Amino acid sequence: MGRALAIIIWVMTVASVVMFVNPRWWLPPAITEHGPAYDRQFLITIVVVGFAFVASQIALGYAVWRFRDTGDGTRAVYSHGNNRMEMIWTAITAVIFIGVAVLGQQVWASLHFQDAPAGSSKVRVVAQQFQWNFHYAGTDNTFGRTEPAKIDDSALNFIGLDDADPAAKDDVVVPILITQVNRPVELTMRGRDVTHSIWVPELRFKQDTVPGMDITVHFKPEKVGRYELACTELCGQLHYKMKSYLLVLPAEQYNELMAMPQARFQSRVSELSREYPLPKY
Amino acid sequence: MAEVDPGHETHGETGAGHDAPHAAAGHSHHAPPSGFIRKYIFSVDHKVIGIQYLLLALFSVFVGLIMSVLMRLKLTWPDRGWPLLQTLFGAEAAPGGNMQPEFYLSLVTMHGTIMVFFVLTTAPQGGFGNYFLPIQIGAEDMAFPVLNMLSFWVTLVGLIVIISAIFFPGAASVIGPTGGWTGYPPLSAIGDKLNVPGQGMGMNLWITSIAIFCVASLLGALNFITTLLNMRARGMSLMRMPLTCWSWFTTAVLALLSFPVLLAAGILLLLDRNAGTSFFVPTGLCCGQNGVLDHQGGSPILWQHLFWFFGHPEVYIAILPGMGATSHILSTFARKPVFGYRAMVFAMFAIGLLGFFVWGHHMFISGMSPYSSMAFSILTLSIGVPSAIKTFNWLGTLWGAKIRFTTPMLFALGFVSLFVAGGITGLVLGQTSLDLSMHDSYFVLAHFHLVMGVAAIFGMFAGMYFWFPKMFGRMMSERLGKIHFWPTLIGVYLIFIPMHSMGLVGMPRRYSSFTEYEFLRRVDPLVMLVTIAAIVTAAAQLIFLFNFVWSLFKGKKASANPWEATTLEWATTSPPPFDNFGGKEPEVYRGAYEYSVPGAPDDYIMQTDPSVYDEHGEGGAARGAPRRDAVRGGGNGHDGHDGH
Amino acid sequence: MVTTVTTGTRERVDEKRGVDLGGRPPRGGNGSRGPNGKGPGGGGGGRGQEWSPERYRIGILVALASILMMFTALVSAYIVRSGLPTSTDWRPIAMPRALVVSTALIVLSSVTAHFANAAAKRGREAALRGWLAATLALGLGFLASQFFAWRSLAAQGVFLASNPHSSFFYLLTGLHGVHLLGGILALAYVLWRAVARDARPHAEARLRAATAAAAVYWHFMDALWVFLFLLLFVWR
Repeated sequence: MGRALAIIIWVMTVASVVMFVNPRWWLPPAITEHGPAYDRQFLITIVVVGFAFVASQIALGYAVWRFRDTGDGTRAVYSHGNNRMEMIWTAITAVIFIGVAVLGQQVWASLHFQDAPAGSSKVRVVAQQFQWNFHYAGTDNTFGRTEPAKIDDSALNFIGLDDADPAAKDDVVVPILITQVNRPVELTMRGRDVTHSIWVPELRFKQDTVPGMDITVHFKPEKVGRYELACTELCGQLHYKMKSYLLVLPAEQYNELMAMPQARFQSRVSELSREYPLPKY
Repeated sequence: MAEVDPGHETHGETGAGHDAPHAAAGHSHHAPPSGFIRKYIFSVDHKVIGIQYLLLALFSVFVGLIMSVLMRLKLTWPDRGWPLLQTLFGAEAAPGGNMQPEFYLSLVTMHGTIMVFFVLTTAPQGGFGNYFLPIQIGAEDMAFPVLNMLSFWVTLVGLIVIISAIFFPGAASVIGPTGGWTGYPPLSAIGDKLNVPGQGMGMNLWITSIAIFCVASLLGALNFITTLLNMRARGMSLMRMPLTCWSWFTTAVLALLSFPVLLAAGILLLLDRNAGTSFFVPTGLCCGQNGVLDHQGGSPILWQHLFWFFGHPEVYIAILPGMGATSHILSTFARKPVFGYRAMVFAMFAIGLLGFFVWGHHMFISGMSPYSSMAFSILTLSIGVPSAIKTFNWLGTLWGAKIRFTTPMLFALGFVSLFVAGGITGLVLGQTSLDLSMHDSYFVLAHFHLVMGVAAIFGMFAGMYFWFPKMFGRMMSERLGKIHFWPTLIGVYLIFIPMHSMGLVGMPRRYSSFTEYEFLRRVDPLVMLVTIAAIVTAAAQLIFLFNFVWSLFKGKKASANPWEATTLEWATTSPPPFDNFGGKEPEVYRGAYEYSVPGAPDDYIMQTDPSVYDEHGEGGAARGAPRRDAVRGGGNGHDGHDGH
Repeated sequence: MVTTVTTGTRERVDEKRGVDLGGRPPRGGNGSRGPNGKGPGGGGGGRGQEWSPERYRIGILVALASILMMFTALVSAYIVRSGLPTSTDWRPIAMPRALVVSTALIVLSSVTAHFANAAAKRGREAALRGWLAATLALGLGFLASQFFAWRSLAAQGVFLASNPHSSFFYLLTGLHGVHLLGGILALAYVLWRAVARDARPHAEARLRAATAAAAVYWHFMDALWVFLFLLLFVWR
């Protein structure tokens, strides 16, 4: 019985490790500036985690194999523990875990402890059930005024843009997040009904939109392409369908697009979307 | 001594030396009730209440399990219909037997709520804790038996209310609340105004049920703490208590301090829903044709803070009793004392204490201050240290052991394996940076299911196989127990390890279907694998159910101490009499885990054994001849050394 | 050498006294006198006695800890909610005059509860009954005064949902009132026990313990009210 258990534990350990090192089921390639740092930290952590996992499962398997009662009439070792060993392994795990914890703040700090760099493009995100609205300021670089009372879904005014505001004239609202490659983007995130969360696996970035709060975040995409964007905070029955895309464009295409009025903007986005197929994994 | 043989049918020879429970007549503070209702239904006996709790949890766990299988079916075959489901749940929830997204979310919510509250909180603490805490410390009952009875009945009301929440959506369908077990507002507060199915009356009932459960847990915690502090038998110093008692005590303290916060949050949410207040509902919410709501200025994040202030300790409420039971059972079948008993106690307290300061790691991307996220992150990873201490000490307990592979031991070993497998990934999720990607993904799902779900359940199985003979006087079938163990262990690994990979790929939680996203295509085979493993594993639980029922009636009769264990529950009959020790008061002479003591006649010495053994192996100084002067006489047992 | 086997340590045993294996500990202590079997281990207090007042003292303190946690959560919510940048709707309500009366009544009732407890300790039953009745009356007076405060606010058109401050006012006073009502029931029970003949054993000790528990609870409710009063109407 002991040997069977040891073998099962070891087999499960090996199977788990195989699953983790299989590139087929690894993170998709990162496309942001902080992506490589993220991936490095992830790898360091997984190595620590994997080592602790494998070492303890091997030890557990060994113990149940080696110390099974063979019926030879001898007794177990009579011991209540060993304070020195207790202290050693406490100290070692403390150093490793706290070390990993401190390292694990770097990417976070780079994204959240400072404002978006000067020259960032700006996008307002208004999440609603079950649709993403991305609001671009247009050529005047000024966002038009919005207020909830002006929201009218039947008139396709999903974010309550106030037409009376001159700054709103050239504003564009589309359901696709468009950014320029190698230029930081600052998102100002809002929700108009319930909590949602924006998530693009390739971005290594996720942020809730919370109604009643303006949450400002930034990142810098570095690879041109089109990527799927999902909602990851339960928001209702069609949560699983609250889908959009992130479009990372070269500078010229981006600038050309941003200069377009709403009507042409939308058809151009559709064209560009066809131009950039989704990455295949 | 006549009516209770503290019992060593198996070891009659040394039995005399173990007869420590001695006559102390006239001590029962309540006489055994007569009549079926007082005895088995509205009983104040902690043992009956413990079994009632266990049966409630057993019912709930199968409800939750069936829900999880239904969810797997939906995820794997999103468009398929099972006509039976339409018959069961109505055409609105499952037209043609195809589960609708809102029905799926209702399953998510109910599975989570029922499992967390009515299984993971109820069975280890309310069930085993209620039954064995008083016995293991040598008490005749809980400190407040009537409160104890109330706490069970209030829990049952909570369960009835939560189940009725499914049946209150209004129309003729069976859809419960759909907001998840975390009930984040505004979805939970104004979901009905957004026409989200199940968020109307069902949501009110859901909150009410949680509030009722809070009250029940508080009554229970009050009882556990007072009992443990006040009712220990003579000689049962704190550091002689079984680790199970420490775990129940720590759990009770956590419950005592965390459930009131959930109760407060629940009251606020109920008021937001029904009285027009704005604690959690912010200004200017737009509800489609219902227009802009009147609510002003509330904060959805405030709910998250209150909820997770409860929610994180709740994780430890679920797992700590499993840790206690594992330590207890490992030591018993390793035939070795627990390695580093004190370190185990302190680690448990450290986990409990730190557990109150890390709730923010559930909220890194919620929009709260990124600086507090960092503090929460570092505190979170420091919980890994006491957790590692526990793991090392379990391995230390096994080192040099003579392991007996009984079913409870297998499950306890499984607990250790799963606790490591599930707990260690907390190292990933606890980091602010890595959470940017992993938050609300299947990685999280895998992590917490392995550690607080499956590991905790393994702790419960270990406890059930271990204590069944004591509770019901019969052994569970070892053969069936092992047939239950193997597919369960392999099954849970096959279910939850692939879920980590799904998380890496980016699969979000709480999706009723993965058909919409291209990037999820590459994990399709894993989805299928997990579902097959889940169905097989769930089916394997029927073996347990059968074993449970069969052994209740047909199991081999159990002796008082079938496992040759040391603690007080084995020093009385199986099952114990109404006052636990048959009018006698046990007296404790040593620590809880004296196994394989050199020089002792057997490889275990019971806590009640007053004999003295020379551990250098010169033969038991008192073998078979207990020192009578160490055993107090009859009467009231007050012998002049009384402090009072 | 004869040794005692205990968890973790071995110890020498006094040959003459025989083996004292942690048996015969003094009764009544809660703490661990002999950690890990070093020296005589102290057992619990209540076990083996027919009735222990200690149990009720621990019980009431534990219960108060949970009540304290609930109000701590609500007070934290209050502080957070009042300080939110989005909290533009936070308009503090004017203090109803009746609350001054309430506060005076409950502070006074704490004094009478203290005398009731002192009388119970000294076994002065008549005095106990008198002080209990006075506390009970003051407690009921407090609740009546709170009710008047609610009525006067409602008359001004300030209701639960009017603004966050009024929401918290009604909620906190309401929950405090419910808990105080529990205290009134407890006092009524104690008074009944003090008046009626208690045929059970240890009647006097039971009465003492019940009075002490009710008094601790009552003082807590008094202090809680004073705190809530300051929070709601003085702290800004």
